[in-house]
Amino acid sequence: MKHTISVLVENRFGAFNRVATMFSGKGFNIHSISIGETETPEVSRMTIVTEGDDNIIEQIVKQLNRLIDTIKVIDLTGQTRIERELALITVFYQKGTRAEITNICEIFRGKVVDINNKTLTLEITGPPDKIDAVVNVLEPYGIKEMARSGTVALKRGEQLKIEKNPVTQ
Amino acid sequence: MRTSKQMLSGAEIFFECLKKEKVEYVFGFPGGAVLKLYEKLYDVDHLQHILVRHEQGAAHMAEGYAKATGKVGVVLVTSGPGATNTVTGIADAYMDSVPIVVFTGQVATHLIGNDAFQEADIVGITRPITKHNFLVRDVNELATIIKKAFFIASTGRPGPVLVDLPKDVINSVCEFEYPEKIEMRGYKPTFLGHQNQIKKAAEILKQAKRPLLYVGGGVIMSGGHRELKLLVKENNLPVTMTLQGLGAFPMNEPQSLGMLGMHGTYWANQAVNNCDVLISLGARFDDRVTGKVDSFATGAYKIHVDIDPTCIDKNIIVDLPIVGDVKHVLAELASEMNEPMDLSDWWKQIEAWKEECPLTYEKEDGKLRTQFVLEKIYEKTKGEAVIVSDVGQHQMWVAQYYKFNHPRSHLTSGGLGTMGFSLPAAIGAAFGVKDRPIVSISGDGGFQMNIQELVTAVYNKLPIKFIIINNSFLGMVRQWQELFHAEKYSFTDLSESNPDFKKVGEAFGLKSYSTNSPSDVEEILDEAFAYNEGPILIEFKVVKEEMVFPIIPSGATVKEMMTKRLDPKEMV
Repeated sequence: MKHTISVLVENRFGAFNRVATMFSGKGFNIHSISIGETETPEVSRMTIVTEGDDNIIEQIVKQLNRLIDTIKVIDLTGQTRIERELALITVFYQKGTRAEITNICEIFRGKVVDINNKTLTLEITGPPDKIDAVVNVLEPYGIKEMARSGTVALKRGEQLKIEKNPVTQ
Repeated sequence: MRTSKQMLSGAEIFFECLKKEKVEYVFGFPGGAVLKLYEKLYDVDHLQHILVRHEQGAAHMAEGYAKATGKVGVVLVTSGPGATNTVTGIADAYMDSVPIVVFTGQVATHLIGNDAFQEADIVGITRPITKHNFLVRDVNELATIIKKAFFIASTGRPGPVLVDLPKDVINSVCEFEYPEKIEMRGYKPTFLGHQNQIKKAAEILKQAKRPLLYVGGGVIMSGGHRELKLLVKENNLPVTMTLQGLGAFPMNEPQSLGMLGMHGTYWANQAVNNCDVLISLGARFDDRVTGKVDSFATGAYKIHVDIDPTCIDKNIIVDLPIVGDVKHVLAELASEMNEPMDLSDWWKQIEAWKEECPLTYEKEDGKLRTQFVLEKIYEKTKGEAVIVSDVGQHQMWVAQYYKFNHPRSHLTSGGLGTMGFSLPAAIGAAFGVKDRPIVSISGDGGFQMNIQELVTAVYNKLPIKFIIINNSFLGMVRQWQELFHAEKYSFTDLSESNPDFKKVGEAFGLKSYSTNSPSDVEEILDEAFAYNEGPILIEFKVVKEEMVFPIIPSGATVKEMMTKRLDPKEMV
């Protein structure tokens, strides 16, 4: 089963490498991995999509926790969360297919971000399965190149009841 | 008068930090990138630098010192080859959870990545084999990083930490203040076991009819041997130990079943296979212990106490995990046990297994055997020596025939299985332990892997007994070739290539002996243990084809245990 694991690490030289080294050294799979800054500059967030049975996932979480530069590990699987991925897809067009492709792009709420006399480049954002769907639909036209960012994810915020007439004090 | 803040160079800060960490010995070898440190070292009198002959030796010496004393072993080497030569020692320390801090020189920060002379990315190389490592990029970070390095190495599950020191960092100057406290939000080693889990473990143990304690090196590292002894003696519990756990419980006590696993005793393995409650204490269910995991202690309720959560449910899924310092958990567990247990039927069964298949060897043919030598060493030292074994057949015989009565007495490379460990590790142990005999035991193969460090032992007049068990073979490999590889003795026969070990010893300046006769053993050992002015080398030429029994073949079960030489065709 696929798991999305969010890891807060010290934004420090080598921290990313430690995580990657651990995964390769222990023989764990990585489907995607993305890393970027958080609201705190000295902390980075890694989002790792991995696969394995419960024992393997448990080991992955423990091994991540064991790394000294790791601050927090959250397995987002089974929690309500927001997951997004960005893809840039360059696809070939011919006379007649350009409109079809831009139409597909619109259906998926994407953008055409580049064009030349042979190819169109589309920008698509969404959950990973939406990107998979776009790729599937575009494949017959001939995909020249593709770059996917890997998943980024956050736990969904707790939905608090909104008071109708908040009393200001 | 010392002001709170002073301007010091990186090199000066380095030694001030080691002073604060109460480092007594640094095992090292100088070179270009660490010249500034060695320049400063010339005037340092609060620690002793031990010059080695190869950096691998330095790493194993630090391990030997750390294993024998429980203190952190320290290594100082130069960049590039100096650093890469320590890699085997670091990997060894990682596998056996030995607290060492390795300081490596590095080229100046502006040259890093340029393929500069004697540059190696040692931080990258050692990332998977260290508990943590650091590249110091600014002299202002140096003191904090050193403090962190010692803290990480020695707390939680101990392990090696590497600190890479670029040349310009060491040469730079900054204000020095040794941090009193360090804050690492990503590192909070768990200490106390969960109270309710411990209570539950005690309840289950109380109801056990056939309990067994399976004790690993963690008990020794945590200093929990007294708590263990209390729990065992008060409840008359059987104890089996792993290779690293030997000595955690005195092996001359009746409750000790000796070692378990591949070359463990018949009765210890039968006990594992038949127990109803198995309590693992500071051990990690290594494959040399479990054999085939699906068949390991299948009828037992398994309780696993370990400080490292990753060890739990890694190889064997357990019923009750307790994450915490095993010393603390043992004390709590002992206090929960209020009534003595009646285990007489279980003990009767264990005694029957002991009689069924004791450890034996041929004694009547007048030929010298390792087992006999080890029995004699045990007699002469009464179980009080620090025995540093190497890797192979002799190592397993040491585990079987020497009864370790104290923790930190059996030093060996268990996890990584590093041939060449014993000789330098014994040197490290000899610096740490002055009041007990230090005996290094190696095979003829492993002895040649770090033979250069004999110089270090002689120069420092360390009273180590270097014992070579010479069967002119890489004996353990030979054994496997005989049992499992169609008797193809491929590149394991050293008889035509081995040097004359007695002459080698003499050339290095050691008092040296050699014999192939059982009748000489006592006299030579008496002389050796009476001599304390320096190291001694003894070569025991033993029979070539002796095999270690019992053996549970790799990945097999207790049922497939071989207790004597069999026709391989009889095996399934």
